Amino acid sequence: MNQHSMPKLNRRAFVIGTATAGAGLALGLDLPFGGPAVVRAADGAPEINAWVVIRPDDTVVIRIARSEMGQGTLTGLAQLVAEELECDWSKVTTEFPTPGQSVARKRAWGDFSTGGSRGIRTSQEYVRKGGATARVMLIQAAANEWKVPASECTAANSVITHTPSGKTTTYGKVVEAAAKLDPPADVKLKDPKDWKIVGKGVKRLDTSDKTTGKTVYGIDIKLPGMLNAAIKDCPVFGGKLTSFDEAKVMGMKGVKKVVRVNDSAVAVVADTWWHAKTALDALPVVWDEGPNAKVSSATIAKWLGEGLDDSQQAFVGNQNGDVKAAIAGAAKKVEAVYNYPYQNHATMEPMNATALYTSDKCEVWCGTQNGEAAFAATLEASGLPADKCDVHKLMLGGGFGRRGQTDYVRQTVLIAKQMPGTPIKLLWSREEDMQHGLYHPITQCKMTGAFDADNNLTALHIRLSGQSILFSLRPEALVNGKDPVAFQGLNASGEAAIGYTVPNLLVEHSMRNPHVPPGFWRGVNVNHNAIYLECFMDELAQSVGQDPLEFRRRLMTKHPKHLAVLNAVAEKIGWGTPAPQGVYRGIAQHMGYGSYVAGAAEISVTDGTKIKVHRIVAATDPGYAVNPAQIERQIAGSFVYGLTGLFYGGCTVKDGRIEQSNFDNYNSMRINEMPKVESIIMPSGGFWGGVGEPTICVAGPAVLNAYFAATGKRIRSVPLRDQNITFA
Amino acid sequence: MANLTINGKTIDVDVEADTPLLWAIRENVGLTGTKYGCGIAQCGACTVHIDGVAMRSCGVSVSEAVGKQITTIEGLGPNGALHKVQEAWIANDVPQCGYCQSGMIMAVAALLKEKPKPTDQDIDEAITNICRCGTFQQVREAIHEAANA
Ligand code: FES
Ligand code: FES
Repeated sequence: MNQHSMPKLNRRAFVIGTATAGAGLALGLDLPFGGPAVVRAADGAPEINAWVVIRPDDTVVIRIARSEMGQGTLTGLAQLVAEELECDWSKVTTEFPTPGQSVARKRAWGDFSTGGSRGIRTSQEYVRKGGATARVMLIQAAANEWKVPASECTAANSVITHTPSGKTTTYGKVVEAAAKLDPPADVKLKDPKDWKIVGKGVKRLDTSDKTTGKTVYGIDIKLPGMLNAAIKDCPVFGGKLTSFDEAKVMGMKGVKKVVRVNDSAVAVVADTWWHAKTALDALPVVWDEGPNAKVSSATIAKWLGEGLDDSQQAFVGNQNGDVKAAIAGAAKKVEAVYNYPYQNHATMEPMNATALYTSDKCEVWCGTQNGEAAFAATLEASGLPADKCDVHKLMLGGGFGRRGQTDYVRQTVLIAKQMPGTPIKLLWSREEDMQHGLYHPITQCKMTGAFDADNNLTALHIRLSGQSILFSLRPEALVNGKDPVAFQGLNASGEAAIGYTVPNLLVEHSMRNPHVPPGFWRGVNVNHNAIYLECFMDELAQSVGQDPLEFRRRLMTKHPKHLAVLNAVAEKIGWGTPAPQGVYRGIAQHMGYGSYVAGAAEISVTDGTKIKVHRIVAATDPGYAVNPAQIERQIAGSFVYGLTGLFYGGCTVKDGRIEQSNFDNYNSMRINEMPKVESIIMPSGGFWGGVGEPTICVAGPAVLNAYFAATGKRIRSVPLRDQNITFA
Repeated sequence: MANLTINGKTIDVDVEADTPLLWAIRENVGLTGTKYGCGIAQCGACTVHIDGVAMRSCGVSVSEAVGKQITTIEGLGPNGALHKVQEAWIANDVPQCGYCQSGMIMAVAALLKEKPKPTDQDIDEAITNICRCGTFQQVREAIHEAANA
């Protein structure tokens, strides 16, 4: 997952492929669980395998390859390892291996990427095996020492017991011997019903330092002799840097150097970032704004609007029956056009990275959602081979998809390369961050529904028009030009399937890619797809005088898991019973990232323009719930992110650039606007769904449907800010 | 050169008088618990106490802070122990990414000094920090818990 253009795209695969060439390794599947030579952690404690290090004092160090950006994955993954390891949870600590170490060890830790709510669900099996394998080896080591069969020994809480004799020892005492054993060929994982740590809302492992200011984020790193850089990229995407007049700023306090970065950016390097930024603001710069300098939100909207017309080419994402014939022969037809804007991620910590480059080494320190992609970017920008580079991952002050990209890493290395031997920290100002994002893609959607004379829904036509993320970031993942991700929540089956059965269905996407770079965003396509589908479901229900919940239920009989979460929120919000005076309800359901989600909102509206969201009930079925306390927090947090996008978000384009610059014109919800969120976590087992993103998409349509219930008016355009509707 | 008193210690800091206090604290003094989020007094990530009052340090110049008692997250707890707000934060597992939380905790500590038992409405009015992770539900619960500690 790298930046814009084609050639960069296969670089990560190339780097990883080269580093492991000849190893015959099935990437991410055939992970080594120990070996003949004992590998030691920096402090000398032995590894049982790549995931588990145990110190003589019984401390358990669990290696976490995925990134922690607030979503709790670090704690959840540690729970999964600890569960199988049967270790004392109070003695667990974690550390991040580096991508360089992983590549050097034939990708011992598998995939580092942390996006698409995949952190736990796509690594749960092998990390559990890592824990189970280590447990078997520790027990075997104790059994060898006691000269008894391992089958007579058990382990719990880091203590091994020989049941017949009652002898005990601890993991720390047998770890040296265990590390020398051959790993078992196969291990059996626990039945989920026997879980003791997984499934419990245990406290996060990273909280304490986050309350005292001790946690080191990328922005906080300090290296001896380090200098600081501030950067300005051409404000028009696709434009170039023509020239800059460094003489005007070289005499300013603290300034060391002014450098060109790529062909589109300029950076000032100074003793402090404040000096660098002050000089950058004073630096005269001439841009070649390129071919996109006239593009505006209006021109983009017009182009997308044209894509709604059936005469235009479109990719089919899901289809059954004959929608066009059914609509032509319908007794009644309902049609509506919706849209959803660009959104910046606005992670609380702006983009930054630190690099130290010398002619034979390049090291980077940064927050990243994809350690291996950051590593690949380091190789490419430094020009050095894999064994001469590494990336040290730090905590992320938010990710939301933005830190899956590596533009800021590449920039930092390119600056550091111009000052060999000096560590350089590059920090983007909030303004730079706001104007050089990889934005939630922009779309419009024409929804058409048809009924027969008995008010049965006979056809549903969903015609999306707009931007594809894969086209820009991962064109190799397009399927004959089609972006499958564009259909999140509207697919016939799979991890993002539509929850309704309609006799004639057509879901299609007229792909239109404006020059504004798109990126993965919390939930990405489910945000708008859920608004389009779920608000329109309400419109359809209303058009035939049916209750929105009952109308949905009739179409959901073949989708029991979708229906179960919908029923759960309906019951808890009190659907069908009177709401408090002046309070109105809305409901929505969707599926994304392998999880079934539903939401029901209670709102009141003043003067038609001031919305108070009193309550949102949310339900999710993620298959397994590793840490319900963290899932609750992800649900509530996702609503803050999603409702912020609905009410305040929206990045607009003028003269080819993003108009928003900071939180004064790209506002974010505050505590006084926060509804009470009541979560229902209902894991039904048998599959692993995501947690960080799926729920985000139901808050918007639930609130919009409640707004219709309150006012009789449909809102089909996001953000509400542009319609002078705001939080009460 | 400016003479600043931070967390009870007096320090000579080599900065221009108009430098925002945030950057003097982070870069010149080296206390990085105080965060940069916007630089225009919108987000609250940079909140510190100046003479006991919560202030957004990106909007305060060093010259305005001279001669005042500045407290950062690193100096909030008495003698290195945890402040009751920090304790409530840990008990309620409030932080997600945690980046906004230094500022959030400083704002809450100042609120509790002024209003030891704040109502929900007091919280709504006083706590205007941005948290992109959306920890507000836990923030509110933890404030009430700290108030009752
Ligand atoms: S950095 Fe000071 S309020 Fe945002
Ligand atoms: S905890 Fe991440 S911004 Fe508040």
